[in-house]
Amino acid sequence: MKTHEVVIQPGRSERHYWRDLWRNRELLYILSMRDVTVRYKQTALGTAWGLIRPLTTMLIMVFVFSKIAKLPPDPGIPYPLMVLGGITVWTFFSTAFTQISNSVTLNSNLVTKVYFPRLIMPLSSIAISLVDFLVSLGLFILLAIWYKFIPDWHLLLLPAFILLALLASFAFGLFFAAVNVRFRDIAQLIPFIVQVGFYICPIAYSSRLVADKASEWWAPFYWANPMVGIIDGFRWSLLGEKAYFNPQSLLISVSIVLVCLTLSLYFFRKRENTFVDDI
Amino acid sequence: MSVITVENISKQYIIDHKKGKGVNTLRDVISENFRSIFGGKKDQTTITHEEFWALRDVNFSIEQGDRVGIIGHNGAGKSTMLKILSKIIQPTTGTVRIRGRVASLLEVGTGFHPELTGRENIFLNGSLLGMSRTEIKKQFDEIVAFAGVERFLDTPVKRYSSGMYVRLGFAISAHLDPEIMIVDEVLAVGDAEFQKKSLGKMRDNSASGRTVIFVSHNLTAVQALCNKTLYFEKGRLIEQGETNQVVASYLSKVSKTRLVRQWDTPEEAPGNDLVRVRRIELIPDYLDDLTHIDVRTSMKFRFEFWNMMDRANLNLSLHLNSLTGECIFNIGTQSQPYGKGLIAGECTIPGYFLNDGSYTISMMIVKDTVTPVFVMEEGITFDVEDYREGIAWYGKWPGYVRPQFPFHIKMLEPVVSES
Repeated sequence: MKTHEVVIQPGRSERHYWRDLWRNRELLYILSMRDVTVRYKQTALGTAWGLIRPLTTMLIMVFVFSKIAKLPPDPGIPYPLMVLGGITVWTFFSTAFTQISNSVTLNSNLVTKVYFPRLIMPLSSIAISLVDFLVSLGLFILLAIWYKFIPDWHLLLLPAFILLALLASFAFGLFFAAVNVRFRDIAQLIPFIVQVGFYICPIAYSSRLVADKASEWWAPFYWANPMVGIIDGFRWSLLGEKAYFNPQSLLISVSIVLVCLTLSLYFFRKRENTFVDDI
Repeated sequence: MSVITVENISKQYIIDHKKGKGVNTLRDVISENFRSIFGGKKDQTTITHEEFWALRDVNFSIEQGDRVGIIGHNGAGKSTMLKILSKIIQPTTGTVRIRGRVASLLEVGTGFHPELTGRENIFLNGSLLGMSRTEIKKQFDEIVAFAGVERFLDTPVKRYSSGMYVRLGFAISAHLDPEIMIVDEVLAVGDAEFQKKSLGKMRDNSASGRTVIFVSHNLTAVQALCNKTLYFEKGRLIEQGETNQVVASYLSKVSKTRLVRQWDTPEEAPGNDLVRVRRIELIPDYLDDLTHIDVRTSMKFRFEFWNMMDRANLNLSLHLNSLTGECIFNIGTQSQPYGKGLIAGECTIPGYFLNDGSYTISMMIVKDTVTPVFVMEEGITFDVEDYREGIAWYGKWPGYVRPQFPFHIKMLEPVVSES
């Protein structure tokens, strides 16, 4: 009989944490499926909601920013296509970020009753955003076909930007998830962050407009936003050279995301053993 | 070979007492720290920290194949102990060593999602309890049959009756195959037949060399299932050993809780200028050589009080309340005139009347049938233990009272078989 000894001591975390996490991959899958299945239960339209949301957001933005405010798209790119590209990656990031931040508190019934590596909760919570993202990306492809827009080799870099957006949502979400256990203020704060983010990120407009105003005092702040590089990069890989992309901003994004991810992960791991005492 | 060793385990909680607000919000913490940054003193008066030890210096070890019961009152630390063994909470001090695969069953149907179907929830709950998908698939039919929910597999569990819900939850956990099984109070739910089945299943499990740790309020179930028992009180493990011995000493301790209260001089006695209570006492008529009250035991409630009013029409009213505060009954005497002096009385509570549980007796002295002169709240507290004979069901007996009214049943028309 193969038995391994488990030692429980104060402040001691599971020695085989990462192995444990891997062993629990089925649980990860099942919890992800739970979230996805439950999401559209008892809705008449079901998954169609994943389509309706980005579509209406896009239409409204086309109306407000293009028809009324007359914001110019990048030259040679139809405005709706540019906006939908931005909405797709932003919604992906913000949904994942929101879900991760709330993942521990939403699963409090599990935290108090069973042991499993707590990272399973934020990891499984991104499933919904992934599904929505794929639907939204499908919508983008349809729209691209409609505009007879053919992507080029840039498309090969798309997975890298998707991964980066995902890592960014973890980098910020994990920290909030751990703090949220103790301070429910976080749950109030997050919709606010997402709303502000929507306007300070290049979604309805192109970063080219900002690049043209490089001498303004606020320009450095704009570029310090790690999401700028990710959103621009995502659009650039979908729409090619015509879309504005500043590789320097990507450098900022990658370094901020990696530093935050390391710190967040460390913080989460440090706090996870006391989740049950605070929840 | 001991599979679990627990050394010097303590668990401390810090309870923040705050005036006005109970919830710790970010603002409190920020403003607190701001004040100290700017030289202000931290507000000492608004927050007081109280240390609370849910467990204190607990030591024990469990051998392979043992079926260990954990008993004790509410708040004795039983559940905290189970949660530490299940890795859910971390101890403040001490070490636990566990050898073998552990499955903890702290509630029935952990993680069940109301919107998911029975089928989906079996997989969800099973994998939360540590089963692999292949294991669940292999046991799936058996789980469904055990729970008896074949027809409702694809119905969301929110439409299940509470009985079905519990049966499904238990069925999944009964098909776990761990080396060590930790179970908290699950037998408190479900109907009679199902409980019998569950208990049987748990006994089978332990017969196959599995170690079982079982927390219950139900001493009958502990006695039926466990060979060893740990008795916790106020966070400490005060006794461990053979089940019968530990249960007996537990019962003798609980039944001695506050059955007599006496005050020798009127000055220290509870009361007021009109009346003062001298003595109240509950005298159980213990059966055979028992030292605790069970559902069969009859009791006498005796009281003495000083009356300091010259001439008053007095009557006594007794309230028997459950621990949760519902009044089980209220009984009163006739109003009669009394002068100054010591007055005594007695009321008999028959056996086969109260259900098992914890009760308190409050006494009210009433003047002129309407004006309460003095109320003594919760003068006596006592526990009534369960007792059953020839019943293989260990669930909580429902109801406030457990009378034995005349109840007859007979065959009216036997069906004569034709052969």
